[in-house]
Parts: sequence; C-alpha cells; structure tokens
Amino acid sequence: MLLGRIQVPPSVQRGEVFEVRVIVQHPMETGFRRDYDGKLIPLHIVDRLACRYGAREVFRVELGSGIAANPYFVFPVVATDSGEMVVEWSDDRGEKGRVSAMVNVA
Amino acid sequence: MKRRAFLRISTISLAASAIGARAQEVQDITPLVQAITGGAKAEEGGIEIGLPPIAENGHSVPLTVKAASPMTESDHVREIHVIAERNPRPAVATFHLGPWSGRAQVSTRMRLAGTQKVTVVAVLSGDRFRIARKEVVVESAACLDEGSL
Repeated sequence: MLLGRIQVPPSVQRGEVFEVRVIVQHPMETGFRRDYDGKLIPLHIVDRLACRYGAREVFRVELGSGIAANPYFVFPVVATDSGEMVVEWSDDRGEKGRVSAMVNVA
Repeated sequence: MKRRAFLRISTISLAASAIGARAQEVQDITPLVQAITGGAKAEEGGIEIGLPPIAENGHSVPLTVKAASPMTESDHVREIHVIAERNPRPAVATFHLGPWSGRAQVSTRMRLAGTQKVTVVAVLSGDRFRIARKEVVVESAACLDEGSL
C-alpha cells in the first residue's frame, strides 16, 4: 500500500468549484539514473491516478517519468452533493494506493 | 611527465562527460501531437501555461495549465496533454477533465531535462484542439546520470 494525502476544503457551497490537492509518496525513478556501482536504477513510476466523487470519475491522469518525485496534483471539481472523494493510483509494479476525504456540501 | 599526462587525459574525459550529460537533444514532437489530434489542425492559443521563466532546478518545476473554456456539457476541455520536447520521454502527462470540473485547470510538478519549450495540447469536446507553448530556462537539468551535474 503506497502512501498519499488528499486535501479538500472543510465545507463547500453547492455548485461551487473547489480544489482538490493530492500528493503521493513515490520515488518516480526515471530508469536513466545510475547507482554508486554504475548500474542503472530500473524504472519505477506511478503511471495512473484517478479521483472519484460519489459515483463519478471527476479526474484522471496518466503520468510518466516526466512528473517529479512524490507526484502532486491540484484539480478543480464542482460541488454537487456531500460525499466521499476517493483518489486511487497504481505504479508500474502493480502497487496500489488509496486516500479519501469527505466533501461536506452546505 | 606521468602526472601531466594523467591530468591531460582526465581533463579531456571530464569535458567529454560534461558534454554527454548535456547531450539530451530536442526531439521532434510532431508525431506526438499528431497522435493526439489525429492529424487535425490544432488552434493556437487559448491556453495559459504557468511555468517559471527560469527554473533553478529541473527536478521539480511547478506547472499550472489553464484553458479558456466555459466547461459546459456541450463545450468543455476533455484532455490536457503536457509535452516536454527535450525530456528523454517527451510525453509528461495526460489529464482528463469534464464539465464536472468547473474550470479547465490543473497543477503539478514536472521534470525538465534542460532549457526547452513545453507544449500543451488541449482536446476540447467536439474533437477540437488547441495548442500552446512556453519557454523555460533550466539552470540545472533533471540529470540523466548522477554526479554529472
């Protein structure tokens, strides 16, 4: 299970556009770096991250080694109903991670 | 004499390795753009690329992409593609948005292997495309081999 964090505003108005911030702890090895013995460090990256709000997928990103270590994303979402915001991701070795937060619509 | 010869050789090899580290060439990204647009013409502009004009360190450069769009059911941005022409893998990320996003905007932190133009292609509903570029000066590239920078 990979580590990550999600942040949403404590409460939002219906129809308001709010920002979701997500950070995932991951080395995002490019596969081009060498260790002290001169051996290539193999590629190891998060390649997919998606966010569900209620039943709908509201954000998805396919990423590569061009994203910095510990991938960080900020994206907007329109507040509809109170519900869970779930972010799930996976890396190229099949490791998965999940974080969630409650969205309170006033 | 021996010491002098050694110094000369090591200076040459040092110079060579420095060039090697900087040899990441600018690639032709036209095929990548074509793969996104399917050969259709992409309209220039309508996208604001937020990147620092000078990045001290290419390992983590803050990026914000804003596309002008009402984000309604009939007119919205579906995808945002980020391409870095001088990175060893130019396809950096593809973001999927929709009318539920409210705004066509995303932020992240990217790697840049040297001073280059970053290209953003937005896919709009109704299979329309927009393209924009922004130049970034990178003082210390996201290096390919450790110790060279």
